Amino acid sequence: MADKLRAQQQLEALQARYVGTGHADTTKFEWTSNIARDSYASYIGHPALLQYMSIGLGQPREKLRAQMIDKMIQPVGPPPEPKD
Amino acid sequence: MSDADFEKIRRLQQERNQANAGKKSSKTFDPSTQRTDNSTKASLTEAFDTNLYDRDGTNRFAGYNTSIAVNDDDAMDEGDDALNGRRLVGQYTATKAQLNEFAHGDTEEADILLSREEKAQIASRETDYQKRRFERALSPTRADPFAQDGAANGATYQDVMKSREIEREEARVRKIIADKEAKGESASGDHQAMLKDGAKTPPLAAPRRKRRWDTGPEEKAAAAAAAAAQEAEKKAKIDVQEPVAREITKEVVKEKAATTPEAPKKSRSRWDTAVVPREDAGPSRWDKAGALPDGGATPAPAAGLQTPAPLAVGVPMMIGGFGTDIGRNAPLSDEDLNRLLPSEGYKILDPPPGYEPTRVATRNALATPALPAGYGGFMMQEPENNSWAGKQLPTEIPGVGDLQFFKAEDMKYFGKLVDGADENDMTLDELKERKIMRLLLKVKNGTPPMRKTALRQLTDNARQLGAGPLFNQLLPLLMERTLEDQERHLLVKVIDRVLYKLDELVRPYVHRILVVIEPLLIDQDYYARVEGKEIISNLSKAAGLAHMISTLRPDLDHPDEYVRNTTARAFAVVASALGIPAMLPFLRAVCRSKKSWQARHTGVKIVQQIPILMGCAILPHLKGLVEAIGSNLNDEQPKVRMVTALAISALAEAANPYGIESFDEILNPLWTGARKQRGKSLASFLKAVGFLIPLMDEEYANYYTGQIMEIVLREFQSPDEEMKKVVLKVVSQCAKTEGVTAGYLKEKVLGEFFKNFWVRRMALDKRNYQQVVATTVDLSQKVGVTEIVQRIVANLKDESEAYRKMAVETIDKVIGSLGAADIDQRLEEQLVDGILTAFQEQTVEDPILLDGFGTVVNALGVRCKPFLPQIVTTILWRLNNKSATVRQQAADLVARITMVMSQCEEDALLNKLGVVLYEYLGEEYPEVLGSILGALRSIVTVVGIHQMQPPIRDLLPRLTPILRNRHEKVQENTIDLVGRIADRGPESVNPREWMRICFELLDMLKAHKKGIRRAANNTFGYIAKAIGPQDVLATLLSNLRVQERQSRVCTAVAIGIVAETCAPFTVLPALMNEYRVPELNVQNGVLKALSFMFEYIGEMGKDYVYAVTPLLEDALIDRDQVHRQTAASVVKHIALGVVGLDCEDAMIHLLNLLWPNLFETSPHVIDRIIEAIDAIRNAVGTPLVMNYIWAGLFHPARKVRQPYWRLYNEAYVQSADAMIPAYPILDDDNLRRHELEVFL
Repeated sequence: MADKLRAQQQLEALQARYVGTGHADTTKFEWTSNIARDSYASYIGHPALLQYMSIGLGQPREKLRAQMIDKMIQPVGPPPEPKD
Repeated sequence: MSDADFEKIRRLQQERNQANAGKKSSKTFDPSTQRTDNSTKASLTEAFDTNLYDRDGTNRFAGYNTSIAVNDDDAMDEGDDALNGRRLVGQYTATKAQLNEFAHGDTEEADILLSREEKAQIASRETDYQKRRFERALSPTRADPFAQDGAANGATYQDVMKSREIEREEARVRKIIADKEAKGESASGDHQAMLKDGAKTPPLAAPRRKRRWDTGPEEKAAAAAAAAAQEAEKKAKIDVQEPVAREITKEVVKEKAATTPEAPKKSRSRWDTAVVPREDAGPSRWDKAGALPDGGATPAPAAGLQTPAPLAVGVPMMIGGFGTDIGRNAPLSDEDLNRLLPSEGYKILDPPPGYEPTRVATRNALATPALPAGYGGFMMQEPENNSWAGKQLPTEIPGVGDLQFFKAEDMKYFGKLVDGADENDMTLDELKERKIMRLLLKVKNGTPPMRKTALRQLTDNARQLGAGPLFNQLLPLLMERTLEDQERHLLVKVIDRVLYKLDELVRPYVHRILVVIEPLLIDQDYYARVEGKEIISNLSKAAGLAHMISTLRPDLDHPDEYVRNTTARAFAVVASALGIPAMLPFLRAVCRSKKSWQARHTGVKIVQQIPILMGCAILPHLKGLVEAIGSNLNDEQPKVRMVTALAISALAEAANPYGIESFDEILNPLWTGARKQRGKSLASFLKAVGFLIPLMDEEYANYYTGQIMEIVLREFQSPDEEMKKVVLKVVSQCAKTEGVTAGYLKEKVLGEFFKNFWVRRMALDKRNYQQVVATTVDLSQKVGVTEIVQRIVANLKDESEAYRKMAVETIDKVIGSLGAADIDQRLEEQLVDGILTAFQEQTVEDPILLDGFGTVVNALGVRCKPFLPQIVTTILWRLNNKSATVRQQAADLVARITMVMSQCEEDALLNKLGVVLYEYLGEEYPEVLGSILGALRSIVTVVGIHQMQPPIRDLLPRLTPILRNRHEKVQENTIDLVGRIADRGPESVNPREWMRICFELLDMLKAHKKGIRRAANNTFGYIAKAIGPQDVLATLLSNLRVQERQSRVCTAVAIGIVAETCAPFTVLPALMNEYRVPELNVQNGVLKALSFMFEYIGEMGKDYVYAVTPLLEDALIDRDQVHRQTAASVVKHIALGVVGLDCEDAMIHLLNLLWPNLFETSPHVIDRIIEAIDAIRNAVGTPLVMNYIWAGLFHPARKVRQPYWRLYNEAYVQSADAMIPAYPILDDDNLRRHELEVFL
């Protein structure tokens, strides 16, 4: 009982600090959004990778960067309708 | 210093040792073998009385009985004193009365246990001021203006302000009465006279009071009067002390009755009702002479609340006397009145509407009903009374279970639980009340697990239970007089948790909560203060600023200083919780209140408390705060001026060293004010100045110091203690400031300072003493060592010991911080001479002198050489002293000055000291023995192992038995000394001796102090290095078989250390071989040792990975959980050691074995498993391990998903970036990561 509670509290604390962490009830939508956002953040964070992609996509690096930041908003589309 | 001295002291001690060895039992140190008896068991054959049966004698039992027959105790039997049932010899003894003299009555001795119990109560250690919290009553529920139903229920702000107005009025009147009485006019006498013709002549106070209340139209006055009466009664002030005050309220009641003559008068006779003692006391007034309850018999808080009445619960309280004291204490009953008064011409008035009879003190309530109707003369006590008095407290409360304790006072609050009422016919509210009661009782008196679950239930159901019912029970408990720390802590914790859940629902109860929590803010206990702050800040977050202000506002100008003080502190907490900017407008308004100086005083006090609470966090709002209180420096009330100056000093202290510009406005009033003030307010102004000067830049600081120093110097002579402290503080602050020059201080300040403060009287008071020392040290930082030391060196030889100590402490601090380079030859001589005298003259061995001596000697360094012989002689003779503390101090001093002695090339002297100290190893006081060992250790350190006298081969065998000493100080010092020898010069002792030490060390592995365990472990390492790991390892491995866990763990650590110091390959084979022993403890021990070993050797582990993998394979598939757990921790340490060292194959292999353990549920096991998997992830790279994880993240079974997500989260936190390429490719077009498919 107490352990479960502590685990729950720890998880909450973890989630507050790292948005990308999940739990047993994480939905596909949440998880895939996080994957997409983390991926964009990672591409932007590695300049060489960004350069490589920008050449491949034929776009200036800065533009691609801005695009990626924009794409972090609802990266996998709008959230699913809540169904009861 | 001759060798003869050394010889003499040594010989004396040797003689003592000899004498001891002969005198003591065979357990002691035996000089012939250099050993004490090792066995802890008593020998069956040896006699304990070695004095009698000396061990040297050949036939030691000759001529003595060696055993005593079981049944030949004839001599004892003969003493059977009765002969024919009668004594022949008279027996003289004290009378019963004499024997029991101290058992009862006035001379009764206090029950030790009882007083202990009382000591635990918070109230017993509170000051009178703090106890004033009991005078506060819990206020009625307040309305919540923000709630949906608005101010529907509870008192509104307006109501509260009105009632405060009335309270103030009451206080004013009381004060007038008190003044009158002080002047000698008996106030009650006036009223006595009124009794006779009260109807005709209006009472003296009435017209004046009338004028105040009659300002409105007639009707309004009546209403106000009624309200006043109601208020006065409702306030639950049953402890009205003086009859006079009651008289006044009654007067009001009378007035009211007079102004509403058309009220219907019921003439129902109430003479025949049952004995209700106080019901008719108000109107009739006949019982006034004796019937008033003795003040304060019932604690105020208990009354105004819905606590169960004591009578109903049956508090096991003694009923006083046989009822014969009826005339004095009980109120006149209706029958009595019937008999006393004529039946015609009088009318029994109905009490006015809203009048509530005062509750009767418990004692009276219990005593009165016990009287039979036809009372007259002697009466037997009712048997039920007896059972009542002796009624035991319940040990078990139905529905609660076994409690840790149950106090008599608890009955008052929790009595309902034992009344045995049927729960089936209770309303929901009653059931709820009982539920809360039960939970609170569990929290307060239960065992820890009970407390935990009850607290959880209270928190989780807080909203369902409701704020009202919860606080109505919780808060009175906190007002209980006999509350203890632990109970208070638990109850406060409940409030905290409940607050969190209730949120805005607490609003109506904010004031009540504050009434019980505010006293925590002035508790002596730091943690209580912190708890109080936390609650109030949570409360203000839950209730909101507006509500907090409207709740606390009426208390700001409360007539009681205690209330104002605690309110100010509470307000400061609110400010720190909700931010200063939000509070500033309000503070500004309060500090400028025109209506009452109390409000201004409290406002400034809030500003004073804020920096104390928040420290430098006030800096952004400093200007606002200073502006808010600036104008109060010139307030007409001296108290306000004083508190303003104190507030400014608190602000300046918190802002140090920034923010002088915020104080610009008030500098001028402050300095001019300082010139105008006298006495206490001058002290506060000076304090403010003292704190402001360090903030200024050099130029200004210099100027302002010059300005203020005049006054400060003048006040040097002030006899006032407070002023002395302030002046000293100002001087030390000025001295610390950049702009103040040494020249100025020398010229102006030093002379006066030493004249006024370096006097014997100052050393007597602890606080003065410390302040003077601190100030002198601060001055010395500016003016230099010589200037100060020169002035006080003579005091070292003063006749007052406290004064000498003060001088030594100052010199210690001054020389400690500035060194002794400035001190010339002459002063040096004086100094050493003085400090030696002070050291020798001390009557109580004080660490201050030891520190001072050590500091001086170390600071002088080689310049000490000429004095060393003298110092050593002193030490030597003090070592020979009979008093243990003197010997201890001497040994401690040796430890401090060895470094300097070796610098002075006095190694010969050191060695002689060593030889003498060696003799003292038989010392019986462990504290002293510890110090002697410490001294020996420091001698070994500076002299070196090889030059040491006595030689190590003699010294070490003496240490072996001492290792068994259980005293921590002894253990620590011996193990340190032994470890040092093992490290530096192991060859001086033969391996057998080292092995013996190893065995002794095993015991130290379970010492309580971590430092000792660590030192013991390290020593194992040194010894293993010295004599090779085989023997040590054998000892340690066999120690793995012992039962004690702590010992096994430490053995495992020691094996790890041995493996580290002697290279793992020397240890690993034997260790792995030991794993084959089919015994769980041993196998676990081996695994643990492996775990420590791999932790210590780190990267070196890569050579051994493949060697231990088969063993780990076996361990990881063992049936025993703990086994797998320990194996997992081995895997963890191996994996972390081999990161990037090409052992991926082995790691993956281990990972495959680890993985199925993922579903373990025991917290320790699963934690170790997860750690191991994490470590392997680090060793083999995140993507590889992620392949294992994807499989279970969205498994249909939650039990599977949970651990997988835990692993995912661990991986995500540690290496989110490394996971990016490893995410699975998702089919949905929306989810694909096209960017990764770019290929150039």
